[in-house]
Amino acid sequence: MLRGPSGEAGSEDEQGTGGGEQGVGGGGDGGGGVGGGGRADSAVVRDALGVGIAVGLSGFAFGVTSAGSGLTVLQTCALSLLAFTGASQFALVGALAGGGSPVTAAVGAVFLSMRNAFYGLRLSQLLALPRVVRPFAAHFVIDETTAVALAQLGRRAARLGFAVTGASLYFLWGLTTFLGALGAEAIGDTDPWGLDAAGPAVFLALLAPMVRTGRQRAVAAVAVLLGLGLLPVLPAGVPVLAAALAVPTVLYVEGRMTRQDRGGRAQDDDLPRAEADPSRAEADPSCADADLSCADADLSCADAPQPNRVQGEDR
Amino acid sequence: MNIWIAIAVTVVGCYAVKLAGLLVSAGTLERPLVQRLAALLPVALLAALTAQQAFADGRELVLDARAAGLAAALVALLLRAPFLVVIGAAVVVTAGVRALAG
Repeated sequence: MLRGPSGEAGSEDEQGTGGGEQGVGGGGDGGGGVGGGGRADSAVVRDALGVGIAVGLSGFAFGVTSAGSGLTVLQTCALSLLAFTGASQFALVGALAGGGSPVTAAVGAVFLSMRNAFYGLRLSQLLALPRVVRPFAAHFVIDETTAVALAQLGRRAARLGFAVTGASLYFLWGLTTFLGALGAEAIGDTDPWGLDAAGPAVFLALLAPMVRTGRQRAVAAVAVLLGLGLLPVLPAGVPVLAAALAVPTVLYVEGRMTRQDRGGRAQDDDLPRAEADPSRAEADPSCADADLSCADADLSCADAPQPNRVQGEDR
Repeated sequence: MNIWIAIAVTVVGCYAVKLAGLLVSAGTLERPLVQRLAALLPVALLAALTAQQAFADGRELVLDARAAGLAAALVALLLRAPFLVVIGAAVVVTAGVRALAG
């Protein structure tokens, strides 16, 4: 559990009104509250380790799932050490277990990791890393490190939070993946243990904080219909990719409906909505606040629900 | 071998995506439409993945013990249980239902 000094204010149910508390919107509470002014390095390290350890331990679930899906221990560990982005790893082994071709399975996994590019964009402004360091730092650009870094005030704290979260999480995630995979191999048939339910449960836990607004729910519902409905007719692995079409579909339909509804009211994008729509604002209070995350509120708004591993973890 | 190909593509692809975010100039990805697509893409993918991994066996739709496990995970989520408890609930309930069903 990781609630910083102002963690209560950062809980999802309450609107954070104090300046920096909701640094990363939906994920901010996971990243620890941000006290006013600069924080001691030790507080940053403590928060970062909290996230790193909690999430790092869930590498067990990945190791078990992956080995249970037929990957070897070496393959499983290679994924955790080299890909190092949890949801995509689960997606890949799930798709392979479902009989998907290697390329469709990998494309689905890479698709799912696209959000990391947006985190990177945000982090490159915040951390201002020298160009030589970026190729190394890139490996750590994931939900949790972003959540923690964005929750800090000031560049020094953000860099520290990013580095400590990344390093602790990387180490533990790799270690627990290895142990989980060994365990699954020792067990043999993992079905009686119910371990095949870990994958969908992980996805559900990741998804839960992302489906707060009507739009998000509509996208999820259409995606489920596409994903299941197309399963019998398309090659394995492809229906998940096709489910991504739920996004343009919902946006298009929504656009049509808004156009019909409003008589010329200029209502559009995420930001005005964030303030107008309480449920949205709840998911993403950072947009309502004037703090560091609002320097480019657009982005924090768009990706706010996403550092949700942390959130799922720590609630 | 096939699995190694999938791993290699995933590793290279995921790393390229991460690095791209750090290297591209701000503004490229800052357009509202791009932002919104990017925010909603994981919602669609995670929803589809959840459904498939719970209700599909190969290319067939099935309702088995995993559905009970997923329901348990949902309950745990609604009760705001920690991440690991959510996963644990799904695993334990799925195993339990299978044991009962023999």
